[in-house]
Amino acid sequence: MTESAALDVAGVSHRFGSRAALSDVSLAVARGRFTALLGPNGAGKTTLFSVITRLYANQDGRVSILGHALDKEPSRALARLGVVFQARTLDTDLTVAQNLLYHASLHGITRKAAKARVATLLDRVGLADRRDDKVRTLSGGQSRRIEIARSLVHEPRLLLLDEPTVGLDLESRADIVRIVRALVREEGLSVLWATHIFEEIEAGDDAVVLHKGRIVARGTAGSIAQGGETLEAAFRRLVAEPPRQAA
Amino acid sequence: MSTTTPARAPSASAPVPHLGRLDAVGYLICLGGIVRRELLRFFNQKERFFSALVRPLVWLFIFAAGFRNTLGVSIEPPYQTYVLYEVYVVPGLAVMIQLFNGMQSSLSMVYDREVGSMKVLLTSPYPRWLLLLAKLIAGVTVSVVQAYAFLGIAWFWELDIPTIGYVAALPAFIASGLMLGSIGLLLSSMVKQLENFASVMNFVIFPMFFASSALYPLWRIRESSETLYAICMANPFTHAVQLVRFALYGQFDPLSCAVVVGTTLAFFTLAVVAYDPGRGIMARRGGPAGDNS
Repeated sequence: MTESAALDVAGVSHRFGSRAALSDVSLAVARGRFTALLGPNGAGKTTLFSVITRLYANQDGRVSILGHALDKEPSRALARLGVVFQARTLDTDLTVAQNLLYHASLHGITRKAAKARVATLLDRVGLADRRDDKVRTLSGGQSRRIEIARSLVHEPRLLLLDEPTVGLDLESRADIVRIVRALVREEGLSVLWATHIFEEIEAGDDAVVLHKGRIVARGTAGSIAQGGETLEAAFRRLVAEPPRQAA
Repeated sequence: MSTTTPARAPSASAPVPHLGRLDAVGYLICLGGIVRRELLRFFNQKERFFSALVRPLVWLFIFAAGFRNTLGVSIEPPYQTYVLYEVYVVPGLAVMIQLFNGMQSSLSMVYDREVGSMKVLLTSPYPRWLLLLAKLIAGVTVSVVQAYAFLGIAWFWELDIPTIGYVAALPAFIASGLMLGSIGLLLSSMVKQLENFASVMNFVIFPMFFASSALYPLWRIRESSETLYAICMANPFTHAVQLVRFALYGQFDPLSCAVVVGTTLAFFTLAVVAYDPGRGIMARRGGPAGDNS
């Protein structure tokens, strides 16, 4: 039996009226791998995330999460998916613990199990001492770490992060990257990380380049760069050309 | 380089475990969590609680006292004698609290959508209609607490409501809360931005409240205009008020009950369609709010 990918997106297209936001997008995130989704603003990254998280119905094509088709088994698929959205989504009037426990209840986790899990995760992101503080008192970087902890409360096996380091200082950004890479390395979590910050990507990472709603390159980050160019130079070359679907 | 072999990649055939439960117990946990969050937010915003009470109390203590003699109310069911105007308006004011609360919940749905926490709710693995139902139940819980807090204060006003009436009114308050919450839920799906909400309030709350039996018996309306009377009778808010009014005096009004239940089902169904990922607001929008890619 062949192992299903953590995420399998096959031939997904999405339109807003006459505007095509995604055109025949196919990509896979292998289990236990860090996969970067690169694309300039307006490339369609957030639309793709909205389709994968079922905020939008996939109009055309197929999405599977750990072998569960999103249209046929949405509950099983979403139960194994953790998401950190681009926009901040914590309730600032509630405490850190209240936010995390609320999320646990959205996944049907008993209060007792949730409390234990929340304690472990706050420890993991280095914010155990902020458990009972209101979210509005946290810095941007701390809020992001809490959002990562929240996305892991229900023990997902696939984690989507939509430009999680945007607007953060260098130190906070490094913290976020370190935490997520440790999850991949130590727990075998599969990650799809949307970004346009090249320092966050390592040469051995899988990478997919999305441009104007089409995949224009895929492979390891190291293989996308050609003839000694940097990944950033390769990216600029790819998005300067009219989008041509990658094989 | 992230070339290290993962320590614990799931095997091909083993089902991937999930910490939560996807059965009915899991859903009840989910429902409890949503209600708890709504109550936490409500009690965190104490001014919201007090302003919700001040509005009807001002009507009761000032407006009703002023109009006491002008608006004498003759005998009509469920009342068996002439009643003072203060007595007449109490059920309408209690349901008015629920009307405002329904719209407030709707407002918070629009806010949740703008700040993104709606996305977090909608990525829960439970069916979307169950999530919306949980949101609705959470809002109704808050509105029933508010309505009884109002009745508790109004009790000192010699309203002559029998004790059993306070108990009998509970299902009526729940039914009217569900109806007004469903209307709010659908409205929240139609309002694109928070700023547009004020005009919706003006076009929904005030017409619903004034074109109803909350402040005056409908026979008085009928004396001035048959058309207006028909509008008031078609207004579901009238029936929510009548359902509560009868229940407070230990009586049951089947017509009001049928209208309230029917309206709830119709608006809730429409709200579920509106929040459907394929057909509803999310699909119609030109992209997710606040996102730039």
